[in-house]
Amino acid sequence: MGRYVIRRLLQMVPVFIGSTFLIFFMVYALGDPVAAMFGDRAPDPATAAQIRADLYLDQPLWKQYLHYMGQIFQGNFGTAFNGQPVTELMAAAFPVTLRLTLVAILIEMIAGILLGVFSGLRRGRAVDTSVLVFTLVVVSVPTFVSGYVLQFLLGVKWGWVKPAVSIDAPLGELLLPGVVLALVSLAYVTRLTRTSIAENARADYVRTAIAKGLPRHRVITRHLLRNSLIPVVTFIGTDIGALMGGAIVTERIFNIHGVGFQLYQGILRQNSPTVVGFVTILVLVFLFANLIVDLLYAVLDPRIRYA
Amino acid sequence: MPDHVPDEAITHGDGGAAALAIGAAESLERTPGTGPGGAPTGRARSLWRDAWHDLRRNPVFVVSALIILFLVVIAIRPQLIADGNPYRADLAKAQAGPEPGHPFGFDTQGRDVYTRVVYGARASITVGVCATAGVALLGSLLGGLAGFFGGWWDTLLSRLADIFFGIPVILGGLVFLSVVTSSTVWPVIGFIVLLGWPQIARIARGAVFTAKQNDYVQAARALGAGNGRMLLRHIAPNAVAPVIVVATIALGTYISLEATLSYLGAGLKPPTVSWGIDISAASTSIRNAPHMLLWPAGALSVTVLAFIMLGDAVRDALDPKLR
Repeated sequence: MGRYVIRRLLQMVPVFIGSTFLIFFMVYALGDPVAAMFGDRAPDPATAAQIRADLYLDQPLWKQYLHYMGQIFQGNFGTAFNGQPVTELMAAAFPVTLRLTLVAILIEMIAGILLGVFSGLRRGRAVDTSVLVFTLVVVSVPTFVSGYVLQFLLGVKWGWVKPAVSIDAPLGELLLPGVVLALVSLAYVTRLTRTSIAENARADYVRTAIAKGLPRHRVITRHLLRNSLIPVVTFIGTDIGALMGGAIVTERIFNIHGVGFQLYQGILRQNSPTVVGFVTILVLVFLFANLIVDLLYAVLDPRIRYA
Repeated sequence: MPDHVPDEAITHGDGGAAALAIGAAESLERTPGTGPGGAPTGRARSLWRDAWHDLRRNPVFVVSALIILFLVVIAIRPQLIADGNPYRADLAKAQAGPEPGHPFGFDTQGRDVYTRVVYGARASITVGVCATAGVALLGSLLGGLAGFFGGWWDTLLSRLADIFFGIPVILGGLVFLSVVTSSTVWPVIGFIVLLGWPQIARIARGAVFTAKQNDYVQAARALGAGNGRMLLRHIAPNAVAPVIVVATIALGTYISLEATLSYLGAGLKPPTVSWGIDISAASTSIRNAPHMLLWPAGALSVTVLAFIMLGDAVRDALDPKLR
């Protein structure tokens, strides 16, 4: 186990370097951050050169990257072009997005697994068909469409919830955005659980459990569900990274000042340190979530051993 | 593992053992004589004939194929069902509701929503089809070679795929496309191919790796077949099915992705007529004129739904195990 973790951590290093360099390249090489600082006006050449030298922008790209990464590992994510340290932006934004992601994950787990179990146990019946149709529709409607429609209906027309989220983003206000963010993944969780349950329901150990005379709910929760949830756990784990990155749309619709909001602003204003800093953290979250999922695999399924 | 036996095998095998044998032996291939329907098959149906036989009888496939056919036709010739001009603006009618000849009403600039919805199909279908073709070609080429040759090429490719997987798609799209000034569909297609190929590459790699170990491939090698011949004649035909399935479903998600990027202002740009752009423009006036948002959003959702349903149906036909 220990050796496996070390090997996986080592494998993460080139992936981390590659992903961050790719983003670094896109942000710094394709755009011109100094020109962006001056907006529509053309900067004075001497001033521009001075800023470039201050920000290491006159160096070759790989040197800039090395310098940047060196700073990051000392906890210095640079300053946004308005003079605010990027770490300050992060401290404000990440808790909000983390809460939103947590709400979304909880919703997709509870609703997705429940729906999946119900339809998986009643394959081919009306319940199953309607759940399948529901998942298809949910997957096909893009997040920004479902977001606006739900915000309009629940928030504006019927007034059940607040249509926008306040700065502190308390959990109650994040409920609707959480549902919107979770919808597509919820459909995937439902389908995965359904397939898995339907497949395992015919397994020998389930038949044995029934034959032993165990009550139905015990067979389902203790025997069937435990074994069927392994692929679902994998999906939810990899989904954490995707949700945090995908929150950009949801946060824009509901005016949530989280990671997606900061990133969107950063990209619009070509605020390079903000963009690269946030994406670096997101890549790390994604990589570690994947690692944890792989380790959980061995815990959930004792047949899997990591040497 | 009895839980892996496809439904047909259970109904047609004359006992558990026979069903088990079929279930274990076949994954994407069916043994001759045990085709669906139980009818005595004169000759062995190929996988594709078999799949087509299933598909024609599947209402999901028929409906989604008809929708897609319709979408492709209006993407090529929108004039067939909309004789207006999608750019013609009449500010006096800004945000007005439906009226005779304008069933979907008008947008903020007083343009006919129906005409714009019809013309918007072109951008979505073009992006979806071209991006999928690019992803499928690049992904199956790189993944197939990695699965076939293995070794350092495989390692390199897998790590490369991991790198692209690590970048959140919408973020990458925003960063990459925000510096592009072209208003054509090509940068969007290029970006989707750039970030999309690892998904297909992984599938292709696995499929080729499995196909490579089949006895008939070993036999071909023993008979002196070269790498090229083995790949093209023996491995590719048996590895292409999963790629097609994943690519069809991906097509729907790429259309959705294009609309999302356009909505965020980084995908397609005016004057291209795109559902994503129109939805984005309509989102600010959803209280006054919901029709501006609902029609393009509906068209977009139906399009994505059709492709995902098609992919589902094709998967069921090609791989009964997953049903």
